Amino acid sequence: MVRFILTAVFTLSATVATAAIDIKTITSPGGINAWVVEEPSIPFVALEIRIRGGASLDEPGKRGATNLMTGLIEEGSGDMDAQAFQTKLESLAASFSYRAYDDTMSISAQFLTENKPEALALLKQSLTEPRFDQSAIDRVRAQVISGINSDEKNPNRIAGAFFDQAAFGDHPYGTNMDGTVESVTALTQEDMFTAHRNALTRERMFVSVVGDVTAEEVGSLLDELLGDLPAEGPPLPDDIDFGLAGGVTVIDYETPQSVALFGHAGIERDDEDFFAAFIINQILGAGGFESRLMEEVREKRGLTYGISTFLVPKFHAEMVLGQVASANDTIAQAIEVTRNEWARMANEGVTAEELDVAKTYLTGEYPLRFDGNGEIADIMVGMQMIGLPPEYVVNRNDYVEAVTLEEINRVASELLDPDALHFVVVGQPEGLVTSD
Amino acid sequence: MTRLLVAALTFFLPFAAQAEEAVTTFTLDNGMDVVVIEDHRAPVVTHMVWYKTGSADEPVGASGVAHFLEHLLFKATDNMESGEFSATVAANGGSDNAFTSFDYTAYFQRIAADRLELMMQMESDRMINLRITEEDVETERQVVLEERNQRTENNAGALAREQFVAALYQNHRYGVPIIGWKHEMEQLSLQDALDFYDLYYSPNNAILIVAGDVYPDEVRALAEQYYGVIPAEPNLPERIRPEEPPQRAERRITFVDPRVSQPYVTRSYLAPERDSGAQKEAAALVYLAELLGGSPFTSALGKALQFETQTAVYAGAGYRGSSLDDTSFGISAAPSEGVSLSEIEAAVDAVIADFKETPIDPAQMESIRAQLRASEIYAKDDVAGIARRYGTALTQGLTVADVQAWPQILQEVTAEDVKAVAVKVLNKDQAVTGWVVSSEEEAQ
Repeated sequence: MVRFILTAVFTLSATVATAAIDIKTITSPGGINAWVVEEPSIPFVALEIRIRGGASLDEPGKRGATNLMTGLIEEGSGDMDAQAFQTKLESLAASFSYRAYDDTMSISAQFLTENKPEALALLKQSLTEPRFDQSAIDRVRAQVISGINSDEKNPNRIAGAFFDQAAFGDHPYGTNMDGTVESVTALTQEDMFTAHRNALTRERMFVSVVGDVTAEEVGSLLDELLGDLPAEGPPLPDDIDFGLAGGVTVIDYETPQSVALFGHAGIERDDEDFFAAFIINQILGAGGFESRLMEEVREKRGLTYGISTFLVPKFHAEMVLGQVASANDTIAQAIEVTRNEWARMANEGVTAEELDVAKTYLTGEYPLRFDGNGEIADIMVGMQMIGLPPEYVVNRNDYVEAVTLEEINRVASELLDPDALHFVVVGQPEGLVTSD
Repeated sequence: MTRLLVAALTFFLPFAAQAEEAVTTFTLDNGMDVVVIEDHRAPVVTHMVWYKTGSADEPVGASGVAHFLEHLLFKATDNMESGEFSATVAANGGSDNAFTSFDYTAYFQRIAADRLELMMQMESDRMINLRITEEDVETERQVVLEERNQRTENNAGALAREQFVAALYQNHRYGVPIIGWKHEMEQLSLQDALDFYDLYYSPNNAILIVAGDVYPDEVRALAEQYYGVIPAEPNLPERIRPEEPPQRAERRITFVDPRVSQPYVTRSYLAPERDSGAQKEAAALVYLAELLGGSPFTSALGKALQFETQTAVYAGAGYRGSSLDDTSFGISAAPSEGVSLSEIEAAVDAVIADFKETPIDPAQMESIRAQLRASEIYAKDDVAGIARRYGTALTQGLTVADVQAWPQILQEVTAEDVKAVAVKVLNKDQAVTGWVVSSEEEAQ
């Protein structure tokens, strides 16, 4: 008797054709929820696991522990050292990837149908029985420290590090999750086991499976794979307000092109105005060649190769961010144009025609995302993370269509504030100085 | 809803079963080659036009013009305003872009399958009707210079690579960067762009690739309607490029830039590429790259430098067989704290010498063989990737038959084949060794 519960089936019919994504939601006998798409035409399976927490669970004084621990999951487990583990993985022709992010632990696996039992057993071993051998810790630590040192000479990373620190201070968002040379140097094997215990838990876990697999078998498969992880993890950090006031910060760095990172506070993902903000951002700076900022800064003036903006609704804070790079003698002009466009959008909003064009693009582009097992698995686990139901894939375009010009223009004036924008500029920009 | 779902599924599965290896090719009367790759899992199409022309085909003194022209193709034509191409794609829910390499320039759109005709109409229009102005050239030249700033001038590693590649090729245009040398980019003119466009943007120099939820008959009808009516370019030159002379001496370069954080050593050896009907050496080089420096855990360089002696934080090897002319085989290593570049280079050389003398572990050969076989299965999940595979091959002297033979040729590589290419290719007289450091002291 198969005890998995098939709770629902949702179909995304793309706008124009007959193909369909059939999302089955299941709960395993052991209580693990997952979304499944059966796609037997290619003999492999894509599995995506996300666990909220990630590097935000680093304990005081242990910055970088989750990141280092994550780098060590593939460096030996059970009775296999790093090389034995990798040799086994290669012989199965499977790919496992383990990544830590600010708020999330991410585990991705792709494996052939013919190797499914062995691949899952090896994945389980890596997740539940990591060794954290001292030799592996030392080796991976050296790689992490090399990366931290490189970041200190990378203009984009320099700008990002300053921006995060100024915006979020002591909150985990304020510091690089890789840690500092000092904090990473001090990490011990015991710290690795602690970080592992905290970050890999069944609580706050989200799973999607796509490919040559049936929803019936996924339940027991997930119980076997993940059932031995601890049920609960430590509490997540508190929310934090964006703390950086408007202005300019110049960080002197000898390089021919200045890079600018800019932004201010944003909007939560579950805010009722989020879709309006999403469309505003699309028109302002996320729409590639069709965005106002690309038109004004690149197409009309040739000041940059690229400028873009992003809504960044993190779990504990929200931002609207943008980035642009321009030669040291033109970055000031690029920033001036950007600030003017920010003000124009806040004050005048968008035209009915711009709104129509953006909606047509966004609704037309959405179904195109679902064009591979890996992509579908990634989208489905991302939806679960932010609390969206499976039927969102069917309704999402209606949400976009429902936004009115009045809503857009109200939200633009509420969301965008040119005076609150802070530009962090790394380079030797002419005509720009740090504001008071 | 349930009945709708069942209907969709029954329609869906037979198509999916067909998706495997559904590749159709034909040639239009004007010489334009067409490749159709079917994948009916999603109602999406990737429409690409590849020109068999890249930066290595540029006239002397106009480096960067191939890439510059690629940017200018998004400007006006007789029938479209500047920017209208991408705006139309976006207004139909699609995305578009383009890329330039040494041997090809390609334009693509990814869009709902029922918009294919509109893409063909616009892409064929800009193959012959481009109307760029002096003003376009002035502004876009600034854009590509900023692109160079972003990709190269602001990146010490990229600047170093440019120097090393320029030294590797003593006669061939591969020594000139795709984006162009800055001083030549600054002088690119409207006429430079138009001359390049008029000669090379022609159907007999182009390959149409349509991949996704399409059928060959419908693609053929549309291709004949839109591309088939464009006359062939009678003066299209044969692709004859200056060949490399015999390389007789090792070259060494030390690149100093204070923006370097982690010093490293790289070496690029001149190496054979995949040639039509003769891909065996290239296949052996794929194995050589994996065995020597593929995985940090199991390759020769990884095992020796990252595990046994822990003298490197990174060590690896790489090979890209797709190239019209001689390509390169690269190795690199970043020393651990307290290890000098001389020491790590000596260690790399010792691993290479040992590799040439020691028998190859059969288990490792079989593991790589299995991974290459599996990668063909994973590749089926990405139809746009398969489209790129055909585009790169067909613009670089290979045929459809070569592309389809390649996986089997890879399966048949033996340890002896790998040994033979290792001895032939890993020859310092045909190589550039580069050190990348932050100061002269670091290079001691």
